[in-house]
Amino acid sequence: MKRVGILLLLFGLLAACAPAAPDEPRVLTIMTHNSFDIGEETIAAFEAEHDVTVQILFSGDAGLMLNQAVLNAENPLADLIYGVDNTLMSRGLEAGIFEPYDSPLLAQIPDHLELDREHRLLPVDYGDVCLNYDRGWFAARGVPPPTSLEDLVQPEYRGLTVVENPASSSPGLAFMLATIDHFGTVWLDYWAALRANDVLVTEGWEEAYWGYFTYASEGDRPIVVSYASSPPVEVYFSAEEFDEAPTGVVVADGSCFRQIEFVGILKGTPNRDLAEAWIDFMLGVAFQEDIPLHMFVFPANENAALPDVFARFAVIPDHPAIVDPAEIDANRDDWIEQWIETVLR
Amino acid sequence: MKHASRTGLPGKYAGALLACLPVAYLLLFYFYPLLSILALSLFPAGRLDWVSLGRLVGSAYYLETLWFTTWQATLSTLLVVLLGLPGAYIFARYRFPGKKVLQALFTVPFVLPTVVVAMALLALLGPRGWLNLALMRILALERPPLDIQGTLAAILLAHVFYNVVLVVRMVGAQWANMDVRLVEAARTMGASRWQAFWQVTLPLLRPSLGSAALLVFIFCFTSFGVVLILGGGHYATLEVEIFYRTTYRPNLPLAATLAIVQIALTFGLMWLYARVQAQAGAPQELRPRHMTQIRPRRGRDWGLLAASLLPLLILLLLPLAALLERSLRVGAGGLANYQALFSNPRGSIFYVPPIAAVRNSLLFALAAMVLAVFLGLLVSLSIAGGPKSRSRLGRLLDPLIMLPLGTSAVTLGLGYTVALDEPPLNLRTSPLLVILAHTLVALPFVVRAMLPALRSIRPSLREAAATLGASPWHVWREVDLPIVGRAMAVGAVFAFTISMGEFGATALIYRPDLPTMPVAIYRLMSRAGIANYGQALAMSALLMAACVAGFLLIEQFRGEF
Repeated sequence: MKRVGILLLLFGLLAACAPAAPDEPRVLTIMTHNSFDIGEETIAAFEAEHDVTVQILFSGDAGLMLNQAVLNAENPLADLIYGVDNTLMSRGLEAGIFEPYDSPLLAQIPDHLELDREHRLLPVDYGDVCLNYDRGWFAARGVPPPTSLEDLVQPEYRGLTVVENPASSSPGLAFMLATIDHFGTVWLDYWAALRANDVLVTEGWEEAYWGYFTYASEGDRPIVVSYASSPPVEVYFSAEEFDEAPTGVVVADGSCFRQIEFVGILKGTPNRDLAEAWIDFMLGVAFQEDIPLHMFVFPANENAALPDVFARFAVIPDHPAIVDPAEIDANRDDWIEQWIETVLR
Repeated sequence: MKHASRTGLPGKYAGALLACLPVAYLLLFYFYPLLSILALSLFPAGRLDWVSLGRLVGSAYYLETLWFTTWQATLSTLLVVLLGLPGAYIFARYRFPGKKVLQALFTVPFVLPTVVVAMALLALLGPRGWLNLALMRILALERPPLDIQGTLAAILLAHVFYNVVLVVRMVGAQWANMDVRLVEAARTMGASRWQAFWQVTLPLLRPSLGSAALLVFIFCFTSFGVVLILGGGHYATLEVEIFYRTTYRPNLPLAATLAIVQIALTFGLMWLYARVQAQAGAPQELRPRHMTQIRPRRGRDWGLLAASLLPLLILLLLPLAALLERSLRVGAGGLANYQALFSNPRGSIFYVPPIAAVRNSLLFALAAMVLAVFLGLLVSLSIAGGPKSRSRLGRLLDPLIMLPLGTSAVTLGLGYTVALDEPPLNLRTSPLLVILAHTLVALPFVVRAMLPALRSIRPSLREAAATLGASPWHVWREVDLPIVGRAMAVGAVFAFTISMGEFGATALIYRPDLPTMPVAIYRLMSRAGIANYGQALAMSALLMAACVAGFLLIEQFRGEF
């Protein structure tokens, strides 16, 4: 019995170390995907200005989050939802779970990012899914790095590429969409050729990048589907000094897919005023300038300055592939099925 | 002695009474959320969604998936049992230096996130892993000879890596108290070692071996991360399909149907098993460990020890060593990754201080463990009612308690968000939900660990105590507890471990203000930047260390028997 007592005491001690919950009068809840991040001071500024506690509700990845929002439409989990992207937005819009808000800040956001003309989902940031390559690997072998999607099916790039499965990965889906836009009706022929050229498929980005990409792992694949922002991120998190990022990006026209992330007010919120204030805050310069070094994507607001490492080392494709969100939603399942048939079976 | 039931509690309804609380728990935190999400998925507009279900009917694909799910689980279970039994024997029969630490280390794989395990296996067997590099050097090859990605071998290997400890510990716990005189008697009567094992030991071990094998089978049957990551898209289990159909290729009616199929199959299996097992668990003469365990003395003992443990050491400790080695080498190297964990250079709001992550993980795990052991004890006592009082309730409760293991984590997670959304059960944002969910998954382990022990107690012991005037509580404390203590400790270890490593359902319900170690690992790994990867590995090493510490602590509390 004494031992049980000790255990209970230990437990009590551990519990006592836990931070106590503050009791604020108003709480604004934002549901988001598990990769959301921002500066502590940025959020604190908003909380102080509006005398509110901001509660972040992590809800799995973006797809799972949207499913939860739709399933809980009757009794919303939160006041706002952030992180729905252009591959998912149609499903959300069709479910009718958002309240429109015509924020004055939209004036500072370029038109091509604003995909919902009714302002139910407002663009916050964007990131391009592109092929990355290991500069060192190609330089050491005297092989020129790839410059287009077409290069990957050439014999000299045989067995060099690792991609993610679109059935289980968000960059995997984005890259598949890029090939659909770029190659049109013959997109599956491209994938058949890639398969013949010994492409490796992994379930998610983590395994592709940390498991097989030569730059980041002990793998043997110097070409990986990642983000246009990955090279500046590598520079940022390295102790070394670089003149040129250690990894390169293929930014040829139509070879990247632009993921745009949106924020929206969930229908039925009792905190409409605060929700609007949050959106204006999120699209404002202070928050926008804080985005790159926390979420490693690009701010939607044109007035937001990029941090030095992004300005120096990031390459933004001029003409990423474009697929209409409604078309994505209507065909995603069939496309993935065809992709699986062609690449895996 | 009709009035003294095997649970040591008087009265005909003792079993039912004991079961009340666990049943209420299951109803509230399992069936209610589960049925809510299934109903919502299957009847989106109040009607059955036939169109979405149409894909299921007449599709050979899902039958193939079910077939693959079943046979890979069977094969995995066989491998796990074959590799685990020698280990269980060694841990049961021998006392040797470092035994406790080794036992704790063997349990570590159980808590590691799948993505980390995949990295560890790649470090060993990947294109430029240790083995391939060694083979390339020895055989003077230009390209790596082994390619495990997307192979069945990789899946089986990971299943063994994760689950072998279940057999080692659960069977080991029973084996340690088994009466060695039975085997000796058989040997005296001329049985060979092999015959004695096959005809005496193995039948006696059936209860715990069955328990462990069943858990392993269900774990592999519902395998998710391992198949998803190491299968490379070539293989899918039902659980993986449910995940696909809930996330990137949403079809909730289809996901719900697959979830129901998986649960129904689990239930059927459990029910069958519970029937067989209830008959198999004959009371045995138990011996305390100081009588059954010996120190290895002769060369033969040491040889046996080495031969039995070596495969396990290679299989379990090599990947862990590879992780540790990487955490010290990746990025800046040395202890830099560990030091970096302690700083928050960008002032991130979701920066996870390692101390807080360790504390939160331990808090959740201890809470889930205490709750699971308490509920598990009630369930086990209620189910283990003797042959006379063997209630219908017990027969039903046994398979029911196992169902959470056969339930897709993502389905149940969604169920929580749609069902527990209104007062007094508005738990959607409560840290309590994490504990409740973990307990649900941990409960089957406690019950499976304790039932064989409870069933092995001779009723005559209890009856003797009762006749001598001991109160039911007294009987339980003096007779049952010492014998069940070890099994309870094993159950507690697994409950603790499950909670430490659980991420599936938690991904949907975790609190950002109370991040755990697996959460921190996933966050770090999800972005580029070598330093992040290095820190994720360092955090994994901390997770391993915290687990070993936790196990050793729990071991301190178990009974001496």
